[in-house]
Amino acid sequence: MLKTFNKGGIHIPEYKFTAGNPIVELPAPREAVVTFSQHIGAIAVCCVKQGEHVERGQLIAKANGVVSANVHTPISGTVKSIGKWKTAFGYPCDTVTIVASDEDAAYDAISIPTARTDEEVAALTAEDIKSIVADAGVVGLGGAAFPTKVKLTPPSGSNPELLILNGAECEPFLTNDHALMVSCADEIIEGAGYIMRATGVKRAVIGIENNKPDAVSCIKDRLKGNPAISVVALETKYPQGGEKQLIKAIIGREVPNGNLPVSVGVIVQNVGTAYAIYRAVRLREPLISRIMTVSGKNVKNPGNFRVFLGTPLKTVIDAAGGIPENTGKIIVGGPMMGRALVSVDAPTIKGVSGIVIVPEEESRRMSEEPCIRCGACVEVCPMGLEPYLLMPLTENGEWDLLNRHGVKNCIECGCCAYSCPSSRPLLDFIRLGKFKVNEAVRRKNNQN
Amino acid sequence: MDDKRLIVSGSPHMHTKDTVKGKMWGVVVALLPAVIFSVYAFGLGALVVIFTSVLGCVMIEYLIQRYLVGGKLTVTNGSAVITGLLLAMNLPSNLPIWIILIGCLVAIGLGKYAFGGLGQNIFNPAILGRVFLLISFPQQMTTWPVPFVSRGSYLDAATGATVLGRMKMNELMPENVDLMGSFIGQMGGSLGEVSAVALLLGGLFLIVRRIITWHIPLSIMITVSVFSWLAGINPLVSLLSGGVLLGSIFMATDYVTSPMTRNGMILYGVMIGVITMVIRLWGAYPEGVSFAILIMNGFTPLINVYMRPKRFGERRGNKVWRK
Repeated sequence: MLKTFNKGGIHIPEYKFTAGNPIVELPAPREAVVTFSQHIGAIAVCCVKQGEHVERGQLIAKANGVVSANVHTPISGTVKSIGKWKTAFGYPCDTVTIVASDEDAAYDAISIPTARTDEEVAALTAEDIKSIVADAGVVGLGGAAFPTKVKLTPPSGSNPELLILNGAECEPFLTNDHALMVSCADEIIEGAGYIMRATGVKRAVIGIENNKPDAVSCIKDRLKGNPAISVVALETKYPQGGEKQLIKAIIGREVPNGNLPVSVGVIVQNVGTAYAIYRAVRLREPLISRIMTVSGKNVKNPGNFRVFLGTPLKTVIDAAGGIPENTGKIIVGGPMMGRALVSVDAPTIKGVSGIVIVPEEESRRMSEEPCIRCGACVEVCPMGLEPYLLMPLTENGEWDLLNRHGVKNCIECGCCAYSCPSSRPLLDFIRLGKFKVNEAVRRKNNQN
Repeated sequence: MDDKRLIVSGSPHMHTKDTVKGKMWGVVVALLPAVIFSVYAFGLGALVVIFTSVLGCVMIEYLIQRYLVGGKLTVTNGSAVITGLLLAMNLPSNLPIWIILIGCLVAIGLGKYAFGGLGQNIFNPAILGRVFLLISFPQQMTTWPVPFVSRGSYLDAATGATVLGRMKMNELMPENVDLMGSFIGQMGGSLGEVSAVALLLGGLFLIVRRIITWHIPLSIMITVSVFSWLAGINPLVSLLSGGVLLGSIFMATDYVTSPMTRNGMILYGVMIGVITMVIRLWGAYPEGVSFAILIMNGFTPLINVYMRPKRFGERRGNKVWRK
C-alpha cells in the first residue's frame, strides 16, 4: 500500500502534459522588472539609486525584519526607474526596472561566480549556511514563498529530527518539481544536506507522488550509499503536497492545530527550495531564477522553463507558443490553489511555480444552486472541517462560531469547492471568514 | 497584450463534473428497473399511479415556484420527478387519482416548499406524502392489488393483504413465506415493494455511480436482519417483505434529510432499522419503514451536531458544542 494521508482528499484529473519534458533555459531578459514583495512578509527596502549600475546577483532590496527576504537583480545593467508597478494580481508594488546594454548582456553571458570548493563547503557552520541562505533571498518555492531562513531557524526548545522534502507536486498541470527532480537529483540531494546541517537534523525523506516514477527512481539511484536520506512514493491524491498532509502521510503524525510542523519534529521544504539552497551555498548564486511550468489544454508548446525573475510573464508564455486564441483565464500556480492573474505584463516572481492557461469555456464558474446537504464537502475536507456550515456562518457574520468551528484550520486546498455538486463558492466564503476571524482575534488581543 | 480582458476568480479553478441535476437524474435511472417491473406486475394501475404522481409533483412544484416563491425555475433538476416516482412506488396501484394528487400536494407543498424548497426540508417529501395518505385514507392505502392477477384493470383490481399484513394478523407464519417469490417479485404490496431484484439493481447502480454510499442502506439492512434474527424471524423474510429495501436504498439515502458524516449515517441507519422492527413487532401498523425514516429525519440535525467529523490535528475530538 502506498502511503497517503487518511482524511479527505480528492482524485482529480492530472493533466500533466509536460511530464518528462526537459527544462528549457530561457534567455535573460534585456529589461527586468524586479518587485520587492516576492515573498510572504514585510516588503524589502530598496538599496539602489536611479541610474546606478548593478551587476547580476547584486542586492537591490534588503530584507525588512525577520519575516522578509532579500531581492537581487537577475541581470547586469542600469537602474532605469524605481517606482510602483502592477503585479500579476493588479496591486501596485514597489519595483525596480533594470535595463541591460549589449555589453552588460555579453558580460552576463560569460561571467559565472566561482563555486565553493568541497573544502570551503565542508568548513561552513550551521550559522554560515543560514546566513548564506538569508543573504541569497531564498524563499519557499512551492508557491507560498515563505522566507526559508525563518524555516531553518526553528523556535528555541523545539527539537527537529526529520527533514521532509516535498516533491509531491499534487497540483494538476504543474511539472516543474518533477522536471527538476529528474534533471537535478544530485543538486537537490546536496541542498537537502545543507538544510540538514543548518538545522541539525539527521534524517531526511523525499516524498514523491507515484505518478512520477522516473523522479522516484532517479533520486533513489543517486541516493545509493547515502543512508541518511530516503525516498517515499506516495499515493497520487490531492492535496498530498499540503505540508500537514505530507507529514501525516510519511510519518503518521498530525501537526496540532495552530502549531508548526516542528512541533512534531519535522521540517518541510520543497525540492525546488533545496535546489535553490544548493545554488546559493555551492555556486554563490542568489535566488534570481526558478523553474516553472507553462501549460494548459490549448497551449501549443507547453513546457518546463528556467526563467530569470523579472522576466515578463508574457515572454514566458510566448516561449510556450503564446496565449491561445480562446483564452479566458490565466492562472499563476496550479488550478487548485493558484491565483487568476489580471495582466500578463507583470514580471515573474519567486513564488510562480507555473502558469496554467484555461480556455474560455472552462473559465467561468457554473451557476450556484442551493445546498442539497449531500455531505461531499465534509467528506473531502482534509482538515475534517464542515464547509457547508462555514459558508453560511460567514454570510451571517458569526465570527465567534466560525472560530469555534475551526475555520482557521482551513488550508484553502479547494477540495470542498471542487466537489460541490451545487457549485457553491465555499472556499471564497471560508477565506473571507478566516480573514475576518483572524482580524477579530487580533482586535481582541490588542484590547487586552 | 490585446484588449481582451481576463476572467479573474478565486481558486479552485477546476470543478468536478458532478451536478445536482446529474445526481438527481441518476436516482431516476436507478429507479427505472423497479418502475418497469411495477408496470409489468400491476399493469394499467401502475401506469396510472406513476404518471399521476410524477406529473402531479412536477406541476405542483412548477406552480409553487412560478406563483408563490418566485426566483429561478428549477423544475428541470429532477428532484420533483424523484419525489413523484418515490411517492408512486409507495402507493397501491388501485389508488384513485384524487388521493394521489393530495399526496403530491402534501409532498411538494408541505414537505418541501413549506420549509423553503430544495435543500431546506427536514422530512423526506415522498415519505411525508405517503404517511399523510396512510393516516388520512387508511382504507384505500392498505388494500393491495395482487401482482400479475388483474393487470388490465385499475380501480377494480383484485386485492389481497401483504405478507407483513398477514403476519400481523397471525394468518401467515414467517417460516411459510415464499422467499424466492419475494425476491423476484411475486409479493403483494405497493408498486416499489414488489421486486427486490429490481431495487437491489438500482441500489448497486447508485453506489457504483457514487451517488450514494453504502453506509445508510447497509446499516439499515444489517440492523433489521440482526433484530429479526434475535426475535426469531428469518432475517430474509424481514428484508424482502415490505419496504425495507425501497426505504433503505432510495428513501433514507435522500441527501437533504440524512446526516452529513459517515458515522452519523451509520447511527441514522441503525436507528431506522430498530424503529422499523419495533413498529413491525409491537406497533399497530404491519409496516414501519416510513415512520422510522420520518422519525429519524427529525433527528438528523441533532446527529449532525453530535456526529461531527474528527478534525485534523485535534486529539480529543471536536469540542465545538461542549464549551
